[in-house]
Amino acid sequence: MLEKPIKIIVPVGSLGAGVREEELAYGLSKGATAIATDAGSTDSGAAYLALGVSKNNRGSVKRDLTLLMKAAYGAQIPLIVGTSGQAGGDKNVNWTRDIALEVAGELGIKPRIALLYSEQDKAVLKAKNADGKITPLPPSGALDDSAIDACEHIVAAMGVEPYIAALEDGVDIILGGRTTDTAVISCFALWKGAPWGPSWHAAKVAECGAQCSDYPTNGSGVLLHIDNEGFEVEPLSTTNRCSPHSVSAHMLYETSNPYHLTEPGGVLDVTNAVYTQADERTVRVTGSVWNKKPYTMKLEGAGIGRYQTVMLIGIQDPKILSRVDEFHDNMLEVLNERVKKTMGLKDDEFHISLRMYGWNAVSGEKLPADTPPPREIGVLFVATAETQEIASQMAKACNPYFFHFPLNLDEELPSHGFAFSPADIDRGPVYEFLLNHVVVTENPMELLRTNFIDLKKEEAA
Amino acid sequence: MPTVNDVCQHVRSKNAGPFWVTFDLFFDGDENFKKYATSPSLGPDLFNRLFGADTSTVKAFPVPSLNMVKISYGRSSPQGGEVERDMHCGQQFVRLLDVELDAVS
Repeated sequence: MLEKPIKIIVPVGSLGAGVREEELAYGLSKGATAIATDAGSTDSGAAYLALGVSKNNRGSVKRDLTLLMKAAYGAQIPLIVGTSGQAGGDKNVNWTRDIALEVAGELGIKPRIALLYSEQDKAVLKAKNADGKITPLPPSGALDDSAIDACEHIVAAMGVEPYIAALEDGVDIILGGRTTDTAVISCFALWKGAPWGPSWHAAKVAECGAQCSDYPTNGSGVLLHIDNEGFEVEPLSTTNRCSPHSVSAHMLYETSNPYHLTEPGGVLDVTNAVYTQADERTVRVTGSVWNKKPYTMKLEGAGIGRYQTVMLIGIQDPKILSRVDEFHDNMLEVLNERVKKTMGLKDDEFHISLRMYGWNAVSGEKLPADTPPPREIGVLFVATAETQEIASQMAKACNPYFFHFPLNLDEELPSHGFAFSPADIDRGPVYEFLLNHVVVTENPMELLRTNFIDLKKEEAA
Repeated sequence: MPTVNDVCQHVRSKNAGPFWVTFDLFFDGDENFKKYATSPSLGPDLFNRLFGADTSTVKAFPVPSLNMVKISYGRSSPQGGEVERDMHCGQQFVRLLDVELDAVS
């Protein structure tokens, strides 16, 4: 039971997206006792996990961390960051750690920092798999060890327990690896003894910052108040507001089920949640339920697939634009033949796709027969092959045909609008998520590691 | 018959993790929500026809308090594969807009 409501600042949807100093000041003036934010997700693709790099540039993460560390240290409240460095692999965490250490030096502060690592050892996972402790999530099938081997990095999404342990230890800053978006935010309230249903639901509502408000572009963050019966959410920007519609609609965002959210150790059920306008800017939510389940963690693994080279042209010639599909089909056939003849590649050793931007590039589907011709299209050539060198050679083999392909074979060769020279761009490999599975753990900490950095002690030593 | 675009004020699509895509159809009011949210025209076959979805993965969740229905299915290829054309599935909703809807009987 709580003696008074827990107030948590969720300053921004993702670290590096733009924390606002005046919003932090507002949250602190309302009595916030923690700042919590995630710093990534799978949403931007598998490359960040496969490579262990951030999506955000270093400068924007450093800027946000500077504002947050200054505010948290000044108020003597914890700063909690999850899914560090976009993907939350060990390399992503260490990248964020180094920025935080640099910021601490510049601010002249000496925080104690917990680093939570959730990257997984392949041998451990194979043993878990052999033991029947790894199960697929739909629509995937049972896990084959070869999928584990094909991953560059594998992380398990952490729940609240490692965060609670670090808070219990009294650290000033937590930089976590891959964590569920919600656990990063709910951990502080749960550590303080807040009820589980409202704490998890509040975290889900706040995980994208001001996205749950009426005007998501007015401001970056929100303030949560969690009490024994429910929670309240208000935007940190005083000219923005939350409404029952904006808050309840956020439960739909990027989730496949609007009522149930599976987390490590349980399922949040908001079927009977009630959303009411508490004051002009604030929404109150009650009726959220937490159903405890056996402890599982979701695995995410990213691998490197085949390599691609791209080329781009623009076409404005109305004769071609009145017959785009025919032009596409003819060109694709010729390019495929060209690669086979000049490079000796077999059908399964390469792939070419032509994407007609301005026509049907996004769907790739045929349009209705009466669709009027576009004024201009961009044609993106995408060659895929086992190595970058082969993909690059494919583009070079196709170059003269791609740039000068005529509508009728008996006419003078046109020159389509080249975007660049040299025309071919090696874009590296395709990065893919290879795991869609959960692992059962003996306890919440079994697959995790925590390191501490105490800048005060390091100075003394 | 009205189309999705005729009876919805907002329609959106997005990945729900790398292996799922989800569509949110916000109807323009209570009346059209009741009439069309669980229309057979929005059933699994539609998602198979438009997106090649495995019909056994298609799940619909009407949310009466918001006059909306959420429909999700397992992506036929996970986010970011070789032939990816819509990394976040943010444009997939467009193909739903012209779908004609039978009223719920």
